[in-house]
Amino acid sequence: MRSTTTDPFDDVPLAPVRDAALEAARHLGCEHADVRVEAIRTQHVTVRDAKLETDADEAIRGLGIRVVRDGWMGFAGTIELTADGAAGAVALAVELARASATAGAQRVSLASEPSHGVSSWTAPYEIDPTGVPNHEKAALLESWSGSLLAHPSVEHVVASVEAVRETKHYADLAGTVTTQRRVRIHPVVEVFGRDRSGEGDSVRSLAPPVGRGWEYLLGEGFDHTGDQAELGDLLAEKLSAPAVEPGRYDLVVDPSNLWLTIHESVGHALELDRALGFEAAYAGTSFATPDGLGRLRYGSPAMTVTGDRTVPHGLATVAYDDEGVTAQSFPLVTEGVLTGFQVDRATAALAGLDRSNGCAYACSPLNIPIQRMANVSLAPAAGEGPTTSDLLDALGDGLFVVGDRSWSIDMERHNFQFSAQRFVRIRHGRPAGQVRFAAYQGSTTDFWASLEAVGGHSTFVLGGALNCGKGQPGQSAPVSHGCPAALFRRVNVLSSRSEAGR
Amino acid sequence: MTPAPPAGLLPAQAVIERALAACAGEPAIVLVEERDEVEVRFARNTVTTNGHRRDRRTTVLRFVERAGTAGRAGGIAAGQASGVGSDPADVDALVEAARAAAAGAPVAEDTSTLVGPEAWGGTVPGGFEDPPATATPTLLEPVLRGLPEQFRRVAAEGRELAGFAEHRAQTTYLGTSTGLRLRHEQPNANLQLVERGANGSSWVGRAITDWKVVDLAAIGAELERRMAWGARRVELAPGRYETILPPDAVADLAVMLAWALSGRGAEEGRTAFSAPGGGTRLGERVVGQPFSFASDPAHPTMACAPFVAAAASGEDESVFDNGLPLGPTEWLAGGTLHQLRYHRAGAAAAGVAPAPWIDNVTLRHPGGTGSTESLVAGAEHALLVTCFWYLRELDPATLLVTGLTRDGVYLVEGGEVVAAVNNFRFNESPIGILDRATAAGASQPALSREWGEWFNRTEMPALSVAGFNMSTPSDAR
Repeated sequence: MRSTTTDPFDDVPLAPVRDAALEAARHLGCEHADVRVEAIRTQHVTVRDAKLETDADEAIRGLGIRVVRDGWMGFAGTIELTADGAAGAVALAVELARASATAGAQRVSLASEPSHGVSSWTAPYEIDPTGVPNHEKAALLESWSGSLLAHPSVEHVVASVEAVRETKHYADLAGTVTTQRRVRIHPVVEVFGRDRSGEGDSVRSLAPPVGRGWEYLLGEGFDHTGDQAELGDLLAEKLSAPAVEPGRYDLVVDPSNLWLTIHESVGHALELDRALGFEAAYAGTSFATPDGLGRLRYGSPAMTVTGDRTVPHGLATVAYDDEGVTAQSFPLVTEGVLTGFQVDRATAALAGLDRSNGCAYACSPLNIPIQRMANVSLAPAAGEGPTTSDLLDALGDGLFVVGDRSWSIDMERHNFQFSAQRFVRIRHGRPAGQVRFAAYQGSTTDFWASLEAVGGHSTFVLGGALNCGKGQPGQSAPVSHGCPAALFRRVNVLSSRSEAGR
Repeated sequence: MTPAPPAGLLPAQAVIERALAACAGEPAIVLVEERDEVEVRFARNTVTTNGHRRDRRTTVLRFVERAGTAGRAGGIAAGQASGVGSDPADVDALVEAARAAAAGAPVAEDTSTLVGPEAWGGTVPGGFEDPPATATPTLLEPVLRGLPEQFRRVAAEGRELAGFAEHRAQTTYLGTSTGLRLRHEQPNANLQLVERGANGSSWVGRAITDWKVVDLAAIGAELERRMAWGARRVELAPGRYETILPPDAVADLAVMLAWALSGRGAEEGRTAFSAPGGGTRLGERVVGQPFSFASDPAHPTMACAPFVAAAASGEDESVFDNGLPLGPTEWLAGGTLHQLRYHRAGAAAAGVAPAPWIDNVTLRHPGGTGSTESLVAGAEHALLVTCFWYLRELDPATLLVTGLTRDGVYLVEGGEVVAAVNNFRFNESPIGILDRATAAGASQPALSREWGEWFNRTEMPALSVAGFNMSTPSDAR
């Protein structure tokens, strides 16, 4: 079943604007041009202590044109969706291509991609989340918050939801014309209380952002009721928990935390534009470089990671990327050895590859597409595989790490540090209460080498983020990461209180 | 024959008058944010991507009286809708969407009377009829002209240059049903360069006020000087070090201090400015050194919007406050917590003065003189960290922040830089850094590398900090 809300482009004659842009580019002698006309509606609702705080509903609409002329690339975006507006943007893009040439730009080549003709694709969802009025969103969040406020340890509750609908119309001089629609949504609930000393702390829900519609908040694909029912007790336990003793610990990391470690230490590290130095001034480079393909030992043999833009409900899932390349699935790390990178058409050509693996994305019609992350996922164990309980048994004594919180990693993707919603002390394979103020810290290849076992399908969760940042000017991208629970040995765990000298 | 409609977008002023007229005297606010932006990026000794962007966001806010019902108090409900607002039909659709949103919305918790001309005491700033500022590719010419020479210099040393130049012109127009008409023009321009090679890497960043006076050769010389420091490399173990932070690095941490000043967050036990067990630390000495931390829209070199322009309400900003005049605000005074951030409704509930967000900040030490260079000259044994990266809050209760050093850590001995040092992950608090500062320079313009994209109007002193916690080593070179 599909939503019956009207398409945001129903009242805009797209073809004349698109054709005007491509015609202007052809007329100005461009050998390549791609144009995107996009409509993105983003809603944000926050309810604080069961009362509406933020109610925002924004619909953007615009056109972006990228040209290559004599080998030099230029980009311009405009909100003026008319033939004149399109022609004006093309003229600016050509002017910028010329200016780049005089400033010492080298010529760009794009890996070839066949024309895919005219096609359209809609991601699987039932209810357009932006078609549900914000006051209905607020009402659901209020009802969730009311139940949580009834818990004696909960002093405050902040509940929010972000809902996005993206319609992207793409065309290029090679003849590919695609129209793609997708949605995403992320509900977040966080409860706050105070410990005996009067100091505050919090616990947050684990519901990941997903490429689903409003049905997700009604229980499709995630048990929000079950997740939230535990929050009050988990907060109470956390508030009376002792500080972690810093040192080396064995860890079982839950998918609700591990997705972000994969994102930072594998997903970003295996972006070819970073490896080649294109992000040296901002997002950074990577310790992993193409000469390590087939040779670099990234982690233990239990580690197999793929890049993928096809998984249902994935936040980076599309049919075609923002350079007209077919969505694909490809290896990145195979049994612990580096086997691939994420590329766009320009980096594919630089690396001598025949074809891009479809990782170009622009966060808005007014931004140039750059190489962005696919859904980068860690494979679960084959067959039935271990359950989380099996992994905790194998752990013996250590910590069970659940839910993401603080994250940070260095510019070459070596040294990371992650905290969590909760660290649970495990003794003899059984939970023995939370510890507070913990964070685990490591260096990418050492950490993944310490991966002893991954869980089976029963532990696998597709997590992710709506706000991955990269590029200048900064672009925000949604991306999913699937992973099982996983067991790591002898990981450095620190206490934020010891770090603060307290 | 009817004349052809004028080409291009409906002007912002016309958008505002049309939308307010369509609200037919009912309470309403219309905000038009015009953006014209141009940028050029470079890496691997070549210009890579570029872009020009013409953008607009029009926000219509409407307010309706809501009668009380059993179990719910009456009051004012607000409805919001943002879109492009490119032509009359588009504007009308936003007016209708805001009406529908208000009709469904619950009573707003942040209700205040709408701001009118009387709030300005009869001296409402002019200029509303002026057109929006523009950003054309020619603005960046001084950089584009100088880059080939820099690429040649760097390539001759076997190194690579990367960086970014951007000029973002934002013009905000605000109109209210109470008769206010305001305009503010806000340029945001930044230039950053990173040089990398066998000697490590160095970063130089500047918030730009005038591209015509940008001296790329001088910036190149500064990069060259720092790369020369890397001719000798020293590996140091993690630990607590006396550390000199130039103004840019201080800005990385001070911006996080600014964000942590939410009044409601403090009241609810969510920040380092919460009093144990309830209330806030207002009036308490929070750092031992007598630092002041203050914002002023009329700052002579980093002027920012002198009125509230809020497209949506949040923890400490309110759509009801749109058009409210902003004045000088001192957050820390003499090391004491003097003011937390509140919208009007929040301030009224807390019994304090309202203090909305202001888009610049100055950190000052009353005894601060000299610069990074003078702190280096006065140091026996210290680290010099030129910028940070990937800063994230680790513990809100202590404002403990984690992050890394990047593109420039140096060893200072006997008052001179003698070598480059490996990178570290640090865990430190902006409050702790001000508390343990052993020396401060004079405040000067600074660009936070981590946050400058969102907040680039900062003035900071260089600081020397005792026992800076370099927690673990980073292999990043």
